[in-house]
Amino acid sequence: MEKKDVPQDLSSLGKITKEVCYATDETGKYTTELSRGWDIKISALDTAWQDIKDRVTLARELVLNDKASPILFFMEKGLMDIGIVSAYTGFWKWQIRRHLKPAVFKKLSDKKLQRYAEIFNVSIEDLKSMNVHED
Amino acid sequence: MKIEFDHLQAAHCETGVTSSLLKYAGIDKMTEPLAFGIGAGLFFVYIPFIKVNNGPAIAFRTLPGWIFSKTCHSLNIPVVRKKFSSKEAAASFLENCLESGQPVGCQVGVYYLSYFPKEYRFHFNAHNIIVYGKEEDRYWISDPIMETPTTLTSYELERVRFAKGALAPRGQLYYPKERNIIITDEQLKRAIRSGINRNVRNMLHIPSNIAGVKGIKYTGQKIKKWRDKLGLPKAGLYLAQLVRMQEEIGTGGGGFRYIYGAFLQESYSWYPNDQLLEISKLFTQAGDAWRTAAIQAAGIYKGRIGSQSDFNVMGDYLLEISELERQAFRALSKIKWHS
Repeated sequence: MEKKDVPQDLSSLGKITKEVCYATDETGKYTTELSRGWDIKISALDTAWQDIKDRVTLARELVLNDKASPILFFMEKGLMDIGIVSAYTGFWKWQIRRHLKPAVFKKLSDKKLQRYAEIFNVSIEDLKSMNVHED
Repeated sequence: MKIEFDHLQAAHCETGVTSSLLKYAGIDKMTEPLAFGIGAGLFFVYIPFIKVNNGPAIAFRTLPGWIFSKTCHSLNIPVVRKKFSSKEAAASFLENCLESGQPVGCQVGVYYLSYFPKEYRFHFNAHNIIVYGKEEDRYWISDPIMETPTTLTSYELERVRFAKGALAPRGQLYYPKERNIIITDEQLKRAIRSGINRNVRNMLHIPSNIAGVKGIKYTGQKIKKWRDKLGLPKAGLYLAQLVRMQEEIGTGGGGFRYIYGAFLQESYSWYPNDQLLEISKLFTQAGDAWRTAAIQAAGIYKGRIGSQSDFNVMGDYLLEISELERQAFRALSKIKWHS
């Protein structure tokens, strides 16, 4: 890629910092150029976020229809999978899979709920009611 | 305390941290491309049975920490590298380093990295930053991705150092054990050769079809089947993930080829062998080809195109790249080194 072709499409990162790119000058020698972003990358990231939004919406519906516990909703919202939730809470994966069932979730002690509330950054009340305070 | 430390912006986090720390240790000749090449940073692997963020696990880089270790090892620089089970121990070790005037490389997760835009904060644990000071409750941070130095509170730093999940950093920190290091030209030349040889080995000779140039070919063949196997929407998501792994901050696939091209040009000033310049051009071509592939992928995940033949074109791009990089590394493996 030549220096003059380094893309300058403003990305959300570009608003905070430009990125260094290696590119060649007119003589073919490598040099660096700052880039504000690249349209192709921006849309890849948008695609990923659209998927996350769809997953969160689906999770919310499942919870409202009593097919899953709110843990699923907060897990999707926090871009986590069971492995990550397990690493942060200290629960085993099989325990979390159980806690994802509404019937099991309803019987969880406050102590256990607290561990979830902490990693999802919500209160126990909000955890139960799927309340979200946008930051 | 705040150490006199020159913040250097870089294209990739670990090579940036490596070159900045080595410069601080007295090696003025060190640059980001040299660190990348000596550290044998160019790689490709597709692990089909693991999922990352519900998509394919594709990496364009070696494991976090390898570039720093390999670069220092090749230059005979002893390294301090530590992981911690206790957060308190991790914090106090870091403070002792800063007290003694030693800036420190830290592996961190980006999910809680407060100065990153929210859109970029996934559970990705292989980011690297340098901590070079602490004033009251704020640590001074030199993040190679950022244009200027930044800060984190002790709580924020603790959270990112102890991020959980795949490749959890566990407070990991590292730095060269010595300061005022003197590297002779001869040492540097040997390190360049050894870095190139190791990269040739990683890209051509790993006995597996998912790593190196064979991995690129394998991924190309898989992509052609994604549409039938996953359905169009999911196949599009997979391609978006490929592009993000390829071009996103801190990873970089197309970008890595350009850094490697720059590395070979810099090597030329130590080994004036015209072949190095010719092979550098091949890597520029490879970088361009990765970008062309990304544009094709974007057409699919944006929904502009999406027929089977579009997927075939996408897969073929990777087959071509695989062949191109095979040639480039073959040529590198055949270079006659004489000083």
